[in-house]
Amino acid sequence: MKKKIGVYICHCGGNISDYVDVEKVRQAVEGDEGVILSKTTMFACADSNQKEMVDDIKDRELDGVVVASCSPKLHLLTFRAVVERAGLNKYNYVHANIREQVSWAHSDNKMGATEKAIQIVKAAIAKVRNTESLEPVIVEATNAVAVIGAGIAGMRAAIELAEAGSQVYLIEREFFVGGRVAQWDDLCLTEETGKELITRLYDQVMSQKKITLFTGAEVIENSGSVGNFNLKVKITPRHFKLRCTEETLQQAIDVCPVEVPDEFNFNITTRKAIYHNYPSEYPQLPAIDMKNCTRCGECEKVCPNIDFSQKTEYLNLKVGSILLATGFDPYEPKKGEFGYGEIDNVVTFPQFKRIVHYCDDKLVYKGKEIKNIAYIYCVGSRQVDGENKYCSRYCCTAIIHTAITVKKKYKGIHNYHFNRGIRTYGKAEVWYDESSRLGDIYLQSFEYDPPVVEKSGTQTIVRIKDMLTIDKEIEVVADLVVLVTGMVPRQDNSIGNLLKVPRGRDNFFNEIHMKLRPVETVIDGITIAGASQGPKNIMESINSGLAAATKSFSLVNSGELALEPTVAKVNLEACEWCGKCDEACPYNAFEKVETGGKFIAKVNSAVCKGCGMCLPVCPTNALDLIGLTDEDVESMIDALIPNI
Amino acid sequence: MTGGKVNNSPRILVFSTEKISDPAIDMAGLLKLHYPPTVYTIPVPCSSSIKPRWILHALEQGFDGVFIAADGTDCPYGESCTEKTGQLMSVTQQLMKEKGIDPARLKMAAICSVCSEPFVKHVKSFAEYLSKSSN
Ligand SMILES: Cc1cc2nc3c(=O)[nH]c(=O)nc-3n(C[C@H](O)[C@H](O)[C@H](O)COP(=O)(O)OP(=O)(O)OC[C@H]3O[C@@H](n4cnc5c(N)ncnc54)[C@H](O)[C@@H]3O)c2cc1C
Repeated sequence: MKKKIGVYICHCGGNISDYVDVEKVRQAVEGDEGVILSKTTMFACADSNQKEMVDDIKDRELDGVVVASCSPKLHLLTFRAVVERAGLNKYNYVHANIREQVSWAHSDNKMGATEKAIQIVKAAIAKVRNTESLEPVIVEATNAVAVIGAGIAGMRAAIELAEAGSQVYLIEREFFVGGRVAQWDDLCLTEETGKELITRLYDQVMSQKKITLFTGAEVIENSGSVGNFNLKVKITPRHFKLRCTEETLQQAIDVCPVEVPDEFNFNITTRKAIYHNYPSEYPQLPAIDMKNCTRCGECEKVCPNIDFSQKTEYLNLKVGSILLATGFDPYEPKKGEFGYGEIDNVVTFPQFKRIVHYCDDKLVYKGKEIKNIAYIYCVGSRQVDGENKYCSRYCCTAIIHTAITVKKKYKGIHNYHFNRGIRTYGKAEVWYDESSRLGDIYLQSFEYDPPVVEKSGTQTIVRIKDMLTIDKEIEVVADLVVLVTGMVPRQDNSIGNLLKVPRGRDNFFNEIHMKLRPVETVIDGITIAGASQGPKNIMESINSGLAAATKSFSLVNSGELALEPTVAKVNLEACEWCGKCDEACPYNAFEKVETGGKFIAKVNSAVCKGCGMCLPVCPTNALDLIGLTDEDVESMIDALIPNI
Repeated sequence: MTGGKVNNSPRILVFSTEKISDPAIDMAGLLKLHYPPTVYTIPVPCSSSIKPRWILHALEQGFDGVFIAADGTDCPYGESCTEKTGQLMSVTQQLMKEKGIDPARLKMAAICSVCSEPFVKHVKSFAEYLSKSSN
């Protein structure tokens, strides 16, 4: 029980003291049991006050400290650091939120606010009386990081980590690296092609001794926790010994009788079971897609480098941190959505990118030359009825850039943009400007009144009630309708499920805090980057890749890790092992052990996340969360009730 | 029943969650969405970590109602949270019945990290219910 508690009540300029009588609060708590010092302060977080707190703690030998100020999300860590600087264990600090949850919330009721503040500070004092000095859980950390997904975000992150000195395992599920960016030729905002960017990164990856790249590889098992994850990786063989000459490879491709839709081209073309996506793709070694190969043996006859004896390999990797950069899927419109799948000249934006790639001097689709192009925006994003409420960010800019490219590459192109308000944010605004100057037509509608795509005889017509011309009904006869599809999370979330990374309401991987901790997940040691976290363009993907690399690196580089000690604790006497805690725990942190002639539950503190899901299920009340014991909670409840 | 009510509002204890509903309650303050000042929060890591005995303790010591601002499907610790919070709700309400406490004095709603308005609506209507039922 603490006997020398110091309490600081913050004015926060006037943010608190304009509504809460802070002096009255101070007087109300100064006589509380154990309180030997109570002060009000203009800004608790100010340097001068922090110094004063350090002096107070030392001079008065305080054993517990409470600051009543803003939300703990802002300054809990600040004040923990202050008490630590004064030589007091930081877990003897308790924070009371009297701004967001008192002065601001009750700015309409000053008396009520003051009274509430008093009880809240009293509850914090009650809690600090019980706190114990805790030491962080120290675990060994392996200085290696698994980067999952070799798209642009994963590759850039891998290079950064290797340069900083970590061992990196770059694990790509496909046989080729680059992710989506390899599928786009011309890119905004710089005029490099996707292939050029990927080639540059691939060269760097290859020249880094600390990076091991696995392609055709997937993580299939995961155990352990931050500092020491054990991953089992399945590596599917390419069935090629060496790269064959262009000629023998082409022969092998030609003789392959299997023809399947080519996903790299979003199914507008087909490919053989033996394939590479494009001639200079990395790694420059073709692959055989065994899901579709019939093992007819024709390719072996013409290409000596094919090797069907290669077996699937399994590898165990030990890493300290995992960086997830598994990217996104383009939204696949439903059949009939703006004519998709029903009207034959309706395509998606990704398909359009590939069509433009294949057409040299004339833009041709299904044998017809294209002049009039209608772009329908926000397909699969900003949905009124569907689940995708978010804006996909990249699309306005990328489609306008593509429309300009098309106009410059082919003669006689007319671009019609059926949009819902253009969002070419930041530097991309110049493309919007350029496209307008080139004569592109912009037509706009509200979300509840979208354009309609219809077949009329042989013509495809797009009709809109255009709000920019005061709801005039306008029709465009389109040779091609491009649905500007947004980004959705990867349909296959097996990796997310395996690693237990939570997803947000948009179904993308979720960060701890959008602003303050944007690349960490609640699973310690797992960081997220790129479009796996939500729609991002290349620059944003790389930004987050670099941030995640730094965060992962900071966890593993010293070889040692300090974890929060606020984990579950078993009361040995009360525990009668029934297994309910084990069932409730989402992280397998419990183990059944024998001690003193009986079985009890043991908590692995490096694995426990301190969620507390085990607490209410224990029939003998043998479980507590350190920092949230029955005594902590019940004494706070008692203090919240004024004794009148 | 309970002493010292400000504005005679019922006293409500809210169990919020550190990562999800507590930020929403903070934001309600930031947006100056007012609710009765007799609503107090104790943040816990996850809504499925609340022990029934804490709820009973609060009700027996003088709180008029307990509101669980649950993580719902946003729980950072996994999908099972909704079900587990639901279970502890029903276990507690059963215990309340046994003790002759109106089970409606315990209420739960999922409050996402930006659900400030729903939070305020919930606690206001809960407060209304509690003041009616205590008269
Ligand atoms: C039509 C279109 C045009 C675009 N144009 C532009 C543009 O002009 N400019 C711009 O800045 N941005 C553009 N973008 C956005 C750009 O594509 C993304 O920003 C970028 O692809 C995100 O990179 P990433 O690495 O996060 O994800 P991805 O590119 O999706 O890469 C993820 C990688 O992870 C791999 N992977 C997935 N799951 C697993 C698993 N379980 N195990 C191992 N590996 C896995 C994938 O195979 C892939 O290689 C465009 C997007 C679209 C759809």
